[in-house]
Formats: sequence, structure tokens, C-alpha cells
Amino acid sequence: MWEYSDKVREHFFNPRNSGPLEEANGIGDVGSIQCGDALRLMLKVDPETEVIQDAHFQTFGCGSAIASSSALTEIIKGMTLDEALQVSNQNIADYLDGLPPEKMHCSVMGREALQAAIANYRGEVWSDDHEEGALICKCFAIDAVMIEDVVKANNLNTVEEVTFYTKAGGGCTSCHEGIEEILARVKSERAGPGETSPPRQQTGTPAQTAAPATAATAATAATAATPAAPKARLTSVQRIKRIEEVLESVRPMLQRDHGDVDLVEVQGKMIYVSLKGACSGCMMEAATLGGIQQKMIEALGELVQVLPVSYMPVEA
Amino acid sequence: MEPIYLDNNATTRVDPVTVEAMLPFFTEHFGNPSSIHAFGSQVGKSLKLARQQIQALLGAEHDSEIIFTSCGTESDSTAILSALKAQPERNTVITTMVEHPAILTLCEWLEKEGYIVHKLKVDKKGRIDMDEYKSLLHDRVAIVSAMWANNETGTLFPVEEMAGLAAARGIMFHTDAVQAVGKIPMNLKDSKIDMLSLSGHKLHAPKGIGVLYLRRGCRFRPLLRGGHQERGRRAGTENAPAIVALGKAAELAMEHLEFENTEVRRLRDKLEKGILARVTHAFVTGDPANRLPNTCNIAFEYVEGEAILLLLNKAGIAASSGSACTSGSLEPSHVMRAMGIPYTAAHGTIRFSLSRYTTEAEVDRVIEAVPPIIAQLRKLSPYWTEKGPLAHPEQAFAPAYA
Ligand SMILES: Cc1ncc(COP(=O)(O)O)c(C=O)c1O
Ligand code: FES
Repeated sequence: MWEYSDKVREHFFNPRNSGPLEEANGIGDVGSIQCGDALRLMLKVDPETEVIQDAHFQTFGCGSAIASSSALTEIIKGMTLDEALQVSNQNIADYLDGLPPEKMHCSVMGREALQAAIANYRGEVWSDDHEEGALICKCFAIDAVMIEDVVKANNLNTVEEVTFYTKAGGGCTSCHEGIEEILARVKSERAGPGETSPPRQQTGTPAQTAAPATAATAATAATAATPAAPKARLTSVQRIKRIEEVLESVRPMLQRDHGDVDLVEVQGKMIYVSLKGACSGCMMEAATLGGIQQKMIEALGELVQVLPVSYMPVEA
Repeated sequence: MEPIYLDNNATTRVDPVTVEAMLPFFTEHFGNPSSIHAFGSQVGKSLKLARQQIQALLGAEHDSEIIFTSCGTESDSTAILSALKAQPERNTVITTMVEHPAILTLCEWLEKEGYIVHKLKVDKKGRIDMDEYKSLLHDRVAIVSAMWANNETGTLFPVEEMAGLAAARGIMFHTDAVQAVGKIPMNLKDSKIDMLSLSGHKLHAPKGIGVLYLRRGCRFRPLLRGGHQERGRRAGTENAPAIVALGKAAELAMEHLEFENTEVRRLRDKLEKGILARVTHAFVTGDPANRLPNTCNIAFEYVEGEAILLLLNKAGIAASSGSACTSGSLEPSHVMRAMGIPYTAAHGTIRFSLSRYTTEAEVDRVIEAVPPIIAQLRKLSPYWTEKGPLAHPEQAFAPAYA
């Protein structure tokens, strides 16, 4: 089944700080029995210093939910509330030497219970618009809700674009069918009656419509390039010129390593280049092309792919 | 402490006699059964014997009705796709809500391709409504596919009766009998079943071998086309060692059929009663009066299945769960949802599946091991107090979101 780390197993078999805490003055409940995961975190906070003197949990859930709860109580004991609020779900996962991608939501639940408990102590109302979907991409632990939100916010149309924004699909590629289904669903919703967003331009490459509408959504998801919106469409001459400019700008760096780069062909959003010298064929080639691609995307304001000339389709 | 294996609906151990029977087909009898020379002809004879052994177990009329495939899933796909290809004027498939993914995932895809799929509902014991079924049989239906026995609960569908009703309307009938073959008697020649899937690894043969039974005269279109193996109905060089093993396993299953329905059933009942007598807020899912002799599925309220399995595993006991967490999905098993098992219990279902190798001592040990595990997890649960479950769990536990 799952590959749980020894640390997860240990915290599951011997959970720390489980059961009710009589003197609790901050309680956070998240999840529900319907979802198969529910966690109650109980804090005993010193009102003078705001130090968490004790923390207990009660959890209904799987092995990693129980282990994450146990780990969380251990992490936060002795912290001030402000320090505790800095604990991220990744901290919880790291404390347990990692969680399987399917189980990362257990650590998210721990972090949310913590926020809820602190809000409860401070007399605030905590709410979360937290929504979770079926896991689509196992390589990067990205679920359907996240993909759908990013697709909608940024008007994405291809799997490739989804990978740019969310990483989903950028590993083993076995989730591409699932991503395509989400794209198709969103597309049919867009096309449906009562459409509120302005219709997509029908001209140009689909990639050109991909302007990052809400930077916030994209930023949480994307570590990859978020292209700047083009002010106006470039003519093909302007486009080639910009491509050449980008190559010019990287050339000195390549020449330092006794290499060089030449533009061979531009077909739609595929830019074929030939790499010469030390960098061609070596492990560095992919990295070099990746770097150039990044710059191209920024300069052109559209998603393009930079490929070695050997990838160019042969004319029949 | 010897580990205890109670997950025989997931897969089974190969009988040593069967292993012995298959081994020579890796070494001295390695030939291709299609070859003319002596290396091949010996293999050909052994495949014929295997076909007859399986014919006998299924009670089929002809040995040529047995088509070897690579697994139960392949048999299922072959059957349904064949029916649609062979009858292009028919666009509907009838199946049930509780089939194995080998059927359901295929059907979901067929829906996307434009076919119509009717999934029969089940009641809280997992039984279909025969009146609903009858009302759906019309001349656009290409095939009905209903499992003989459910893999999670062991509940049996009345497939012979269903096949008769379909045949009367000129509709093909397929059954996924992967869980049923070798556990209950069958006599296909006296039924109207047109196609049946079985899988070797569920009856003490190796993994990666299956059979599609295809009634003589039933219109058929192959899934794999190529060489003339299996009379052109399933191309690809035969997996001779596995076929020989499956034949042997079928023979052994036949010999143990009586045992399965007396001794294995007795142990299963003892296990079930023993656990239910010691654990409160637990109940059997499915239809206890009408199910496989080896399967017992118990729902434990207010605890989560994966956590139970991890603790059982630590005690050296292997079982499985319909909990969402064991599958990586967010929902508990589709079978439990289809039966409307309350959410307080659906995440805590555990399947114990026995085999003819299960011993009384093992059953006794499991009866002892389960109650403290459930108690331990309930103690951690926010829905449970020393006095039992919270009266109104939703009120006592007030999440900021659900
Ligand atoms: C009812 C049922 N059908 C089909 C299958 C799939 O069989 P196989 O693993 O041989 O493809 C299984 C096995 O889990 C099953 O239980
Ligand atoms: S699962 Fe998405 S790239 Fe591997």
C-alpha cells in the first residue's frame, strides 16, 4: 500500500498527546466524519506569555492523519502562538520524514486545526474556503480543484499550459488524460449559455490568451514562468526579431563555455535552435534550452517551447 | 508469530501442487504450442488438458468455449467491447452500481464515447431490483454485465435468472465471475450465460492468466487480432506455464468445492460471530444470507479503515478495507456508497476473506486481536467517549468547515 516513513509509523503506533485535554482554552475542529478525516486540536495557552503549555488531539482518520496530529502537538508545544502560526503543513510533513502525495492533505488538515484552535483562543472566527478534489497528479500532489481553479483563472487551454502554471503533468505524464478531461469540462462550461467572461479570441495561438488573470492563484501554484501579457500582438517579423534578441543575450554566456546557439526555424509556438560546441548533446543541453525558453516566454509574452533542431518534424 | 492471510479476495497463494505442475513448462517443455516439432506438440497437449479442466469446473458444454486471456480485466473488456462491435445497431450496456472497476471504468469510458450505460441500483443489502432490471431490457441493449459475486461483500447476484430474462429478449449476458469461480458450483451448459470472466490468481493459480468463457454460437469480435491462437479469438502466444497451472488449480478447486462450502463457511461464520460478539457498533455489510462462503465484510463505526489495517498488519493479520484512504481517493468504496452504508461506518469497513488454507487457530487469533484494535482507535476518535459514540456527533464536533 503506502510507503510510510518509519517516523509516520512510529507516531501512528505510539501517538503522543492523544485524548481530551481538560484545561484546554483553545480548541480547533476541522474535517468531518463524512470526509473520512476529522481532527480536534486542544491547546492549553498561558494567558500571560501566550506560550502553548500543552497540546492534545483527537483524530478520526487514517494512519497519516493520526501521525500528523501527533507530530503537530509535539512541534507546537512550548511555542508562542505567533511562532506556532508560522508552522506550515510542509513542516509537519518534514517532521515525519515526508508523506506520500496522496496523504499531504493530512498535514494540511493539521495546519488548519492549528489556525482554528488559535483563532478560538483569541476569540476570533476562523473560516477557510478550503476545498479539496480528487488527486490528479501524483508526481506533484496536485488535485482537481487546484487545476480547475488555475485553468479558469488563467483561461488555460492545453496540458502544457497547465504544467507551466501548476507543475501538474510535468513528471511521469501519466496524468495527462485526467488534465485533458478537466480542460474539456471547463471549456464546455465556458462555451455554455449565460457566459459571463468575455469570449476568447479565436485568432492566434491558444497560448496567447493565457494572461495571468489573478496573480495570486497563479503564484501559489506556479514556480514556472508566468508570462507577462503582451501589449499588442506582435507581427511575425517583430516576433522573430525578439527571438533573435533573446538568443543574442544568452550568446556571450554560451561562448564562455565554448558553445553557441543559432535560430533554425519558428513554427507556431515551437522554436527550433541548434546548439553548438560544448553544450550540444551533453547533460547541460536540456538545462540550457530550459533557460532560453524561460527568457523567450518573458520576452514574447506567450508560452513557447524551445527545442533542439533534431526535434523538428521532417517534411514529407 | 506466523502471519495470517485473510485477503484471499485480493489474491491467493498458488498451491504447491500447481507450482510443481507448471515448472516444467519453463524448462524442458518450453516449446511453442503452434510449432510442428516435438517441442511444441507436448505443450499443445497440456493446454488441451487445461482447457478441459476449466471446462469441468465451469460445467461448460465444449472445451473450445474456453478462451485464455491475460487476466480478469482483459476478459471483461473483451466481452463488453465484443458485444458492442458485433451488434453496431445496439448502443446500450446494462450493468450494476457495484461492479469491479474492470467493468465500471470501462463503462465510464464507453459513456464518453457516446454509448448509453444503465447501472442498476442496489438496496442496502446490495441486492438489485429485478423489476427495474426487467423494465430496462429493450432491443437497443447490446449486453448485460452483472457480477456473479461482489468482491467486497461476497453478495451473489441471481445471474442465471438474469441471463434467462436477457436471453428471452435476445440480449447477450456476461458475468464477471472472478470472485465466484471455484467457490460455488457452476453449470454453464444449463444456463443462458453467454460470456463469463475468471481470473487465475483468485483461485490459487498464478497472476496474469484469465479465461473468457464464450458460449458456442455467441457472436464475437476479438480484442487482440494477430496469430491464430485461441482459434483467432485471442491472438498472442499462449502463456503455457500459467495455463497449465490454471488447469491444475481448476481441478483442485473442483475437489475442494464441498470443503469451501462447509468448512471454510464454518470458519467464516465463527470469525464473524466472534468479532460481533466482542465489538459494539459493528455490523455485517451485504446480504449475509446470500453470499460467498469465504467472505465477511464488517463495518466498524467511528473508526477509519486504513488505521485498522495498519494495526492489524502490526499484529500479523492481513485484510483489506473499502475506506477512501486505502485507495487514495476521497470517497469510501463505491460499493458501500451504493448500499447507502451510513457515513459513520462507511470509512471503517474491513473485508476478511478466507481460503481453504485458513485454520481454526488463525480464526481464533483474529477474534482475539480485533476488539482491542477497534477500542484503541475509538479512544483517539473525537466522535467517541468512554460511554460510547457521541449522541449527536455533528453537534458535539463543530468544524469550521466540513
Ligand atoms: C470482481 C472482479 N473482477 C475483476 C477483477 C480483476 O481481475 P484481474 O486482476 O485478473 O484483472 C477482480 C480482481 O480484483 C475482481 O475482484
Ligand atoms: S502524475 Fe502527473 S506527471 Fe506524474
